[in-house]
Amino acid sequence: MPTLTVDGIEVTVEPGSTVLQACEEAGKDIPRFCYHERLSIAGNCRMCLVEMERSPKPIASCAMPAGDNMVIHTNTPLVKKAREGVMEFLLINHPLDCPICDQGGECDLQDQAMAFGVGSSRYEENKRAVTEKNMGPLIKTIMTRCIHCTRCIRFAEEVAGVDAIGAVNRGEHMEITTLEQAVNSELSGNVIDLCPVGALTSKPYAFTARSWELTKTESVDAMDAVGSNVRVDARGPEVMRILPRLHEDVNEEWISDKTRFAYDGLRRQRLDTPYLRRDGKLQPATWQEAFAAIAEKVKASDPQRIAALAGDMACAESMLALKDLFGRIGSPHMDCRQDGAALDPSCRASYLFNTTIAGIEDADALLLIGANPRWEAAIINARIRKRWLAGGIDIGLIGPQVDLTYRYEHLGAGPQTLSEIASGSHPFTAKLRAAERPMLILGMGALARPDGAAVLGAARSVAEATGMVGDGWNGFNVLHTAAARVAGMDLGFLPGEGGRDIAGIIGGASSGDIDMVYLLGVDEIDMDLLGDAFVVYQGSHGDAAAHRADVVLPGAAYTEKNATWVNTEGRVQLGRRSIFPPGDAREDWTIIRALSDVLDCTLPYDSLGALRKHMLEVAPHFARIDEPAAVEWGQFGGAGVMDQVPFNYLIEDFYLTNPIARASQVMAECSALFVGSGAEATGTHG
Amino acid sequence: MTETTQAAAFAFTPENMERAKQLIARYPEGRQASAVLPLLDVAQRQNDNWVPDAAIRYIADMLDMPYIRVMEVATFYTMINLEPVGQFHLQLCRTTPCWLRGCGDLRQVIKDKLGIGHGETTADGKFSMLEVECLGACVNAPVVQINDDFYEDLDSASFEKVLDALAAGERPAHGSVTGRQTSAPATGLTTLTDGAGAPDVA
Repeated sequence: MPTLTVDGIEVTVEPGSTVLQACEEAGKDIPRFCYHERLSIAGNCRMCLVEMERSPKPIASCAMPAGDNMVIHTNTPLVKKAREGVMEFLLINHPLDCPICDQGGECDLQDQAMAFGVGSSRYEENKRAVTEKNMGPLIKTIMTRCIHCTRCIRFAEEVAGVDAIGAVNRGEHMEITTLEQAVNSELSGNVIDLCPVGALTSKPYAFTARSWELTKTESVDAMDAVGSNVRVDARGPEVMRILPRLHEDVNEEWISDKTRFAYDGLRRQRLDTPYLRRDGKLQPATWQEAFAAIAEKVKASDPQRIAALAGDMACAESMLALKDLFGRIGSPHMDCRQDGAALDPSCRASYLFNTTIAGIEDADALLLIGANPRWEAAIINARIRKRWLAGGIDIGLIGPQVDLTYRYEHLGAGPQTLSEIASGSHPFTAKLRAAERPMLILGMGALARPDGAAVLGAARSVAEATGMVGDGWNGFNVLHTAAARVAGMDLGFLPGEGGRDIAGIIGGASSGDIDMVYLLGVDEIDMDLLGDAFVVYQGSHGDAAAHRADVVLPGAAYTEKNATWVNTEGRVQLGRRSIFPPGDAREDWTIIRALSDVLDCTLPYDSLGALRKHMLEVAPHFARIDEPAAVEWGQFGGAGVMDQVPFNYLIEDFYLTNPIARASQVMAECSALFVGSGAEATGTHG
Repeated sequence: MTETTQAAAFAFTPENMERAKQLIARYPEGRQASAVLPLLDVAQRQNDNWVPDAAIRYIADMLDMPYIRVMEVATFYTMINLEPVGQFHLQLCRTTPCWLRGCGDLRQVIKDKLGIGHGETTADGKFSMLEVECLGACVNAPVVQINDDFYEDLDSASFEKVLDALAAGERPAHGSVTGRQTSAPATGLTTLTDGAGAPDVA
């Protein structure tokens, strides 16, 4: 491990570190533009120059490997002069239009010019102007501001895995361009954060707010089951933008485009007052009227003839409250598995991403079963790509062929291949057996089908037969698509004794055996199948279910409540309220608590604290915030026979998977461009 | 680039295909992208000294490279022409040595005689001109590269003669127009012991 001296401070760094990292270790801040911890080293901005003894000229610290006995100075007159010189060159062609630039106030160039620049300009010639580029509906370009750090190029090529951005021409004529193509990646929005200047900014956010006037709330995303850590920036009653927050074990510092840009859906199609169906038409009502209508129906019905379902974006608190309410009413019919996936509640390891997301980097063989991580969890896909780039991993896929941004072996289309791998007759089994840390990812496309239990059982036998489950390593992973699912499973929002599951509830509603269905944010089922049942919908958006409902209770979206989320790893995270729900809408658990009063089965908690205390009694692991604990392996899955029907991915359109995204104009535009009829074949069509 | 000038499709002729395979084979397995520059050159020679967009896509496919990566290379080098050029493509060096030795006069000759400036082509498609950076023949400055040949030690009169000869369909001799051998001293051969060239041994 090289030991070097930085400004008189001796530091020892990992082999392979750069001088810049050593300087940071010593607590010295080095200005930089092109260098980024998660991207390859370019060394082209020259802002990180430092003085090294016995070197005739300053060195670019980002590109210089740290060596033993180096003596580095970061605060000498030479370094100051070098920084001023580089800054002067960078500013020659920079328009200095900070007052009208969206990056203003959070701009690396602005900050570093203040800290390291000379404060005046000697340049009197004409500045160059660069034409704007079309990078699609998400990224706005003002390329005259570009300082050619090439972070966006490196991000697209390395992390996102799409070779869409490049630098054409050379010297003074160099331009960053996509050749007028929209960047077809689920992670494209991250280049906006990476851009150290205002060349790439957010198109939907353009000119809507200044960074310093926003209220910043650290929260958790609910668009998919990754649980990306986000910061929700709001002004007054509106979410203005959503940015990623650093979490090394979950999303590193990336978020998907849906997480970042679907926020305009929070303003549209909102349910801001209760509705009651009168004379066949939904009409605004008061909370009392809505509750009274529900109470009348519940009291008139046999508890065995009412049921509850929880959707993809329901928070843990509301699911627990609804479960308790139905328990008190005496109905065992409830289910949180909206897609009908055959998840087995008896063993927690059977429905978690046991390796953890960060653990993917330790794996050396990967079997994807009916999972398209690029669309189901774009952040996890980026992690798999990162592992693949490191080399030495065999990846196999069972399911339709798609472009996952990394190479994989296409093993087959359906259950037959899975049984071959389980029995050992498939050549990929040998690769899994030979691997030290093999893993599999079981997608909802393989579980949400009639033979899902048998598929789960087959996946378990693959895991056991190839040594995926052992000391300190559990390579059995289930990739969820919904933020609510794991919490629902953990809290037991599942059929009680003699209770119907989702198929039974929907079937019962069709046939008339179920009189009333309570939908907690359930929008992805076929509403026509609910027959003549009395439908109560509690949720945030006027989507499919609200149109079918007889009573609509306006709830809060994920940015509008303090809520607990459990991601696909089983990691418990707290989302925080950024803005208040619109109009008469309320936080979801409070609605259920208020309804319980009207139904004469009052729930025993009247504060969030009390509810959470009760939650810890039901599921003690909810106390371990942000710690996915290792879970016991056990028996699960059915032994039945699998169909021969090939697996099909659950998500047909990445941009439109939930009511918020469907209400978002930005997502609609992306969908039309990348997925819809106008799209080029991306290879990711489910 | 206008729509009309771009060919819809491009493919190497059988001979060039053979050549391309040889070029790719020069690089280790998996490093075939290294052959991108030679292949662009082959394509340019096949297609009247310019590379159409279709050829860039063709080469990208052939080398299993993203289109934009080939585009980056093609736009980086002034030697790769992405638009049609004249039958005689003049590349006028304007870097310091050539400039000090009078490349400005040569530019004026082109302007007066052919009526074209940087990046332009004559109406009859015979000549096109590009001002380029150092051609690496500074000792024989000023230099103009015409297609593959260097014309050196030019001045207005000699350059006009070269252009006239080309226009008349002749192939004037390339190299130094003053007749000196390669870059031997312009004032005749010298030795270390005579004249100003003699080292000061006192």
